[in-house]
Amino acid sequence: MTFPQRFDLIVLGAGPAGGRAALTAAAAGLTVILIDEQSAAGGQVWRKPRAERVPARTDGQHGEGLRAALDASDVTLALGRRVWSVTEGFRVDSLGPEGSMSCVADHLIVATGAHERVIPFPGWTMPGVMGLAAATILLKSESRLPGKRVVVAGRGPLMAQVAAGILAKGGRVVAVVDQMRLTGWLGALPALATQPRLLAQGGGWMGRVLASRTPWLFNHRVVEARGADRVSEIVVTSASGDRRALSCDALVIGDGLVPGTEVPRLLSARMWFDRLHGGWIPELTADFETSVPGLFCVGDGAGIRGALQAGTSGELAALAVARQLGRKTEPARLARLRRAFARASCFSDAVAAMLSGQTADVARIGPDTIVCRCEDVSRSEIDAAMAEGIRDINQIKHVTRCGMGPCQGRMCGDTVQELVALGSRRSREEVGAWTGRPPLRPVPLGDLVGSFDYGDIPVPEPAPL
Amino acid sequence: MSARYDLCVVGGGIHGCTVALFAARGGMTVVLVERGSLCREASGVNAGTLTMQMTRVALIPYALEAHAMWASAATWLGHDVGVVVCDGLSLAFTQAEAELLSYRAGKRREAGAPIDLVDAKAARLVEPGLGPGVMLAGHCKIDGFANAYLTGLAYRRALIEAGVTILEETAATAVQRVQGCFEVDTTGAPVKAARLVIAGGVWIESMLGWLGVTVPIKVLVNQLAVTERQRPVMRTVIGIASGLLSLKQYPHGTTVIGGGWQARGDRERGGYELLPDRLVGNVRLACHAIPALKEARLARAWAGLEAETRDALPAVGPVPGVPDAYVCGSVHSGYTSGPYLARLLAERILGREPAMPLFPIDRLLDPFERAA
Repeated sequence: MTFPQRFDLIVLGAGPAGGRAALTAAAAGLTVILIDEQSAAGGQVWRKPRAERVPARTDGQHGEGLRAALDASDVTLALGRRVWSVTEGFRVDSLGPEGSMSCVADHLIVATGAHERVIPFPGWTMPGVMGLAAATILLKSESRLPGKRVVVAGRGPLMAQVAAGILAKGGRVVAVVDQMRLTGWLGALPALATQPRLLAQGGGWMGRVLASRTPWLFNHRVVEARGADRVSEIVVTSASGDRRALSCDALVIGDGLVPGTEVPRLLSARMWFDRLHGGWIPELTADFETSVPGLFCVGDGAGIRGALQAGTSGELAALAVARQLGRKTEPARLARLRRAFARASCFSDAVAAMLSGQTADVARIGPDTIVCRCEDVSRSEIDAAMAEGIRDINQIKHVTRCGMGPCQGRMCGDTVQELVALGSRRSREEVGAWTGRPPLRPVPLGDLVGSFDYGDIPVPEPAPL
Repeated sequence: MSARYDLCVVGGGIHGCTVALFAARGGMTVVLVERGSLCREASGVNAGTLTMQMTRVALIPYALEAHAMWASAATWLGHDVGVVVCDGLSLAFTQAEAELLSYRAGKRREAGAPIDLVDAKAARLVEPGLGPGVMLAGHCKIDGFANAYLTGLAYRRALIEAGVTILEETAATAVQRVQGCFEVDTTGAPVKAARLVIAGGVWIESMLGWLGVTVPIKVLVNQLAVTERQRPVMRTVIGIASGLLSLKQYPHGTTVIGGGWQARGDRERGGYELLPDRLVGNVRLACHAIPALKEARLARAWAGLEAETRDALPAVGPVPGVPDAYVCGSVHSGYTSGPYLARLLAERILGREPAMPLFPIDRLLDPFERAA
């Protein structure tokens, strides 16, 4: 293992939040390394299209801008690297094409984004069913359609973006199955109108979908996906219970976003449950510093707020780090950023409300429905454990294996916690979350061990005989 | 007025649960007080190894009895803990390790563990998944593993059937002796009992303090890791001569890697941080022993706390100077030997003569306290 490289600041995640944080810190004269699993900066929202494909428009321009600025900056870019360990100090260990790498810094900005929430329903693990965010990756990065006849379902503006994206690439959207009522959208309009450019963008997506005569089924939800070896039909229901089947070859569905808080949990930062902003998030100061000194969380990983506030939070955190390291920062700039962040909250909170976890959705999950898709654990198995008197969320994991698989509980964690809260009549705060553990993402043992000589393994002293 | 139990057990790990179970089956009314959930600390997060080749020589006779208990858990416990009985190999890759192995295996064999020293070829017949470079191996047919994380559920069911009152999510905070009876203060209602067993793992040091007894307990923070499911790559329990590797693949395909590499942690915060270099070191040993593990991905790593007395031998017996109070813990490789040692203590509490000697803690008190 190579000797750890030291920096003033390590930034994890090269999306809008992490990218801006790294640029800001480097401009302030700090030595910065920016690490991301993807081979290009941009995160999910500004994901780089594959070179031979046509670049996406609006968001891609932000992405191109960020990528160009990073290339021109003094930021050390460590892309295509999977971070697997973050320990106090801070030390970050990652694996990439060139093997393992360790770096250390007294300051760490975590900008690891969010993951999707899909509330389970019968058939959700079937081929042809994918998340809304996964579909945006296909569309943006690969310029590919999820299917020939796609149903788009769930909650929030991402549905409009995906449906419009499919149409723009010549695909067919069978229907948009929207859990929200039309009045819900209309009610959010005043708040959304505080960001006219973003409202126009969202309105444009929705307009394109409606103009294509794609049915937009408000106040409807998917109750089942059916098919032999992949989805061929889904069943939807209206709030009044009218069911109908829609023929399709792909279902793209998402019930909002969950902040990716693996790193602050691993470092034992104090967390709190903020349903509006996606669930468990770290306690933060106005500079986005957690209860662990020197550890900052920004972007959607600090609460679902979208790309607009992500960049601002990244910049504010980087300026705070610069200040802590004795660099001067303009008070006027700070004030301007804080105002911008506060102003954007009206819009982002309205969107966050659409994307937050809904207890009623979880309560509806049927007993035979798979909740943990990695380990094939159904709701009835979780309920049975609770019926035996088991309440501790980690113990539920032990007795059911729920959350023990390769996704490390990212897909099912929020749902299981909600089920345990429902079943034991406790709040999400009382139920808590699974203990954070390394590796942050699964890593191949072969890559982890690299090449080594047996004699060089630092084996500790033997235990007493 | 709350009921008075015959026995209050503080601590719901393997030791506490087993004492509670056999005391209740022996006719006592028993209450078990546990701060969290049953077997959620060392008893539920350890590597589940049931081996002689990592057991202290003095504990071999106990471990052999305990291994037989684990192998028949379905009978006496009544519930499945996923026990697999299989061969075990302790490997030596260097001359120094071969010497260590020969010496240690010899001592363990003298104590009754049926360990044979075999060459690489013979070892490979036992475990075809072995990598190159094996110089010598200790082979023991009495080995195996359990699914440690199922321990709590199995004991919970057995304790309920035996009529034990289980108070989970209830921390004991202090004990007074009032008119020949123990009053245990808890974060819930106080508990009264005629007898007391302290079985709080690494926390017995402060619990013994409630009774005015000082026994320093060292905290080991053992690191563990588990792979994703993969094809069968091994069929034995593998260790190395130094004892710093334990390796076994579960029937569902995951492989647990342990061996007692130390993580960061303490009594207050638990095992809170795994050190990457030590994790890599531990995994290198594993991949050196079974190269096909390199195909798997590391899914999760964690740490559990193990208690150790000054002489690394158990603290199982009466509490000196406090009639009717007992302690049960600090058993090295306690998952293997724990059930038998705890059952011996239950025998003693029930007024019977244990089949093997206990490990009283008088030897661990400082001389001043012993004189007093």
